[in-house]
Amino acid sequence: MSWVRKTVASTIGAKFIVALTGIVLVGFVIGHMLGNLQIFLGQDALNNYAQMLHNTPALLWSARLVLILSFFAHIGFTIKLTRQNRLARPQTYAYQQSIQAPTSSRTMIFSGLLVLSFVIYHLLHFTLGVTHPEHKSLVDSMGRPDVYSMVVLGFQNIWVSLSYIVAIILLGLHLSHGVSSLWQTLGLNHVKYNTFIKASGPVLALTLVAGNLSMPVAVLLGFLSLPLGVV
Amino acid sequence: MNLTLKVWRQSGPQDKGKIVDYAVKDINSHMSFLEMLDVLNEELIAKGEEPIAFDHDCREGICGSCSMMIDGIPHGPDRGTTACQLHMRRFKDGDVVYVEPWQAKAFPVIKDLVVDRSAFDRIIQSGGFVSINTGNAQDANALPVNKDSAEAAFDAAACIGCGACVAACPNASAMLFVAAKVSHLGKLPQGQPERAKRVQSMVSTMDTEGFGSCTNTFECEAACPKEISVTNIAQMNRDYMQSSLGD
Repeated sequence: MSWVRKTVASTIGAKFIVALTGIVLVGFVIGHMLGNLQIFLGQDALNNYAQMLHNTPALLWSARLVLILSFFAHIGFTIKLTRQNRLARPQTYAYQQSIQAPTSSRTMIFSGLLVLSFVIYHLLHFTLGVTHPEHKSLVDSMGRPDVYSMVVLGFQNIWVSLSYIVAIILLGLHLSHGVSSLWQTLGLNHVKYNTFIKASGPVLALTLVAGNLSMPVAVLLGFLSLPLGVV
Repeated sequence: MNLTLKVWRQSGPQDKGKIVDYAVKDINSHMSFLEMLDVLNEELIAKGEEPIAFDHDCREGICGSCSMMIDGIPHGPDRGTTACQLHMRRFKDGDVVYVEPWQAKAFPVIKDLVVDRSAFDRIIQSGGFVSINTGNAQDANALPVNKDSAEAAFDAAACIGCGACVAACPNASAMLFVAAKVSHLGKLPQGQPERAKRVQSMVSTMDTEGFGSCTNTFECEAACPKEISVTNIAQMNRDYMQSSLGD
């Protein structure tokens, strides 16, 4: 087992884990968005989807376990690598200049940590119902937890919506570098595919930003409103 | 042409170091950057001051000695050139130019712009070679090498070990240097028997020397005077993980 310890301790091995766990997290973010977009199909569709997820606890918790492990590994290893990177240049340059690196590639730790703090808030808001307990207890006419109304009520608050909008843009920034970059870390770089590899990050980031922003924006503009009977 | 130079002066490894301003007058635009520093140094010596220490040797872009950050970019603003190949016509009268040494924990400053790059030598010593019996040179083309591999190996072998990749990297990572060495031998038949061992021990030495890790900003490739491609880094990531996970 010493080879495992050695590989994980190396910078390349650590980056490999960051890339693999990144794929898991990106996969989740895509699935999460597609699921949530069902809000545009109406209250019944979204609440039905939410209940379906919760009706199979074994599946839900296996997925959550993989996610939680990936989440902590991704963050743990990047913090370790970032600390090593800071130590590698104790004296910074008087004249700071980058030749071509986009801002997103130089601010991964900041965008990442800001998204992390948002994820904590997001879990407290929708999953655990700590910030708005009165929204979490809503039930629809069929007795299902009323996720639809919870989301609409949440986003009708301009500050809640704004925090989501900012966080989604930061996530987009993070993924526009992260997704293009993970191929390189996994050893995939070839002139035949580099156009796609380069585009993968920005394209996916833009798709996720557009899809996720559509929800708070639709609520704020009144395209999505509360069903009758919910106050 | 008159310039203001802001030069990093550091009397020795223990000194804290600081930026010192120098007004350089009547610079001939045909001078190289190093010749301009020579002129400034002669003036400093004439005034009884300590000249600016900087590394240089071939002055034709091959040796990789002239390591300096010029306005925050290793070897200055031109792509694919070393500091000695940079000419003063690239600057305008009245420009303010920052000149600093490579900054990395693994490259401690010896004096002013001179850094100790022997960390690179230790990385090479740990695996950047092929073990062969020496003797008479064998017949040319006795070992078939396909053209594409030969070209790719040669491109990687163009690395002069100057350290610009480390200097440019926001993480002071040596990945491009190590990758160039790993690829250059790994693409040739002579390098195959030690391929797995080589990447393992060179990466391990790189980590121990205190270089940072790669965040794929690709600043190294842009700064490299020999334009070594980051494709080599992907190749090294692949070789490293293959040799870690394989037998």
